[in-house]
Amino acid sequence: MSGLLGKKLGMVNYFTEKGQSVAGTVIEAGPCVVTDVKTIEKHGYTAVQLGFIEVDEKKKKLKKPLMGMFEKIGVKPRRYLREFREFKESLKVGDVVNVGMFRVGEKLKVTGISKGRGFAGVVKRHGFGRPNQSHGTHEIFRGTGAVSAHTYPARVFPGKRFPGRMGNERVSVINLDVLAVDVKKNLIVVKGAVPGATGSIVELRRMEKQQ
Amino acid sequence: MSFQYAVTSSQMKKVQDLPNFQVGDTIVVYVRVIEGDKERLQAFQGTVIKKRGIGTSATFTVRKISNGVGVERIFPLHCPSISKIEIVKHAKVRRAKLYYLRGLTGKATRLKEKARKVEVVIESTPEVNETTEENVVS
Repeated sequence: MSGLLGKKLGMVNYFTEKGQSVAGTVIEAGPCVVTDVKTIEKHGYTAVQLGFIEVDEKKKKLKKPLMGMFEKIGVKPRRYLREFREFKESLKVGDVVNVGMFRVGEKLKVTGISKGRGFAGVVKRHGFGRPNQSHGTHEIFRGTGAVSAHTYPARVFPGKRFPGRMGNERVSVINLDVLAVDVKKNLIVVKGAVPGATGSIVELRRMEKQQ
Repeated sequence: MSFQYAVTSSQMKKVQDLPNFQVGDTIVVYVRVIEGDKERLQAFQGTVIKKRGIGTSATFTVRKISNGVGVERIFPLHCPSISKIEIVKHAKVRRAKLYYLRGLTGKATRLKEKARKVEVVIESTPEVNETTEENVVS
C-alpha cells in the first residue's frame, strides 16, 4: 500500500461539507525521501523504504553505519525509516513524496504506537465490570473476580484475561477519511482518532479496498 | 503558528462577518435546514446564556421559552449551516454564564436592557419559514 510517514500534532474540530462538526486528527505528513527500493528479484518482495525528518549530519544523531548508508545513496540523513510494501507509484532512491499523494475523501490506514498505560487492571485493560459497590461488598473495588472453577478443571485456562502491561504497542486504525490536505504546510487532517501520543510518529497508508 | 489555526483558519468565519453579540443579548439565529432536496431557513430567537471555546470548537447557547417549555440550543459559532445571526437587543448582565435563568419563569427572566445601538428588530413570531436562495447569505 502506498503510504507516508507523519507526526501526530493533535486534534481539532472540523466542519465537513454538509456542515457537520467532526473530530479530526492533524498529522504533519512528509515530505519523505525514498532511501531504498526492495524488489522481488533481489529481496523476494516489493517495498519502498521512506525516511522522515532530516537530521543534522554534524550532530551525530545517527549511528555510523546508518550515516554510511545515507552517504552511499547520497541522501541527507533522516531520523525515521519505515518500509511500505507494494507501493503503487514506481519510485527510485532519492525521490521525494509528500502529502499531495493523498486526496480528500480517500480512506487511510493509520498505524502508530499506542500510549503506554503501564500495569493496568482488568477494568481498564479488558473492559471488565466492577464488583457490586453495595449489598455488603467490602474491600473489593475493581478486582478481577473469580478466575476459574475449583475441582474441575482445577486450573486456570491459558489466555485468561488478567491485569498486566497495557498500551505501548503497534496499533492500526483502518478506514479513516481524509478531511483536508495542505501540501504547502505538509498537513493532513483525518477523521477520528489516531493511535499514539501527540508528537509520535505514525504511518499513513492508502486503503486499496474496503476492509 | 499553531497547527489548529493552520488547519481550520479557512473554516472560521471572519471577525467582521460575525455580529458582536454578548451573553445576555437576544438574538435570532438563522439555520439552513435541508428537507429532501429543498433548503430553507429556520429561525431560533432567544437569549444568549453562554459563550465558550476557541477556534472552530467555539459554541454559544441560546435559550428561549417555547410553549411554556424552556428550550436551549447549542450552536457552533463557525458552523457553516448558520446563515446569519441578528441581534434583537442588548442587555446588561453581571454574569458570564446566565444559568440562573433556568430557574426563573415569566417576568423574572427579563434582563435589563443596555443602551447600545440596536439593529432593527424583525419577526415577532419565533418560527419563520422563508424560501431559499435569495435569503441565503453565505
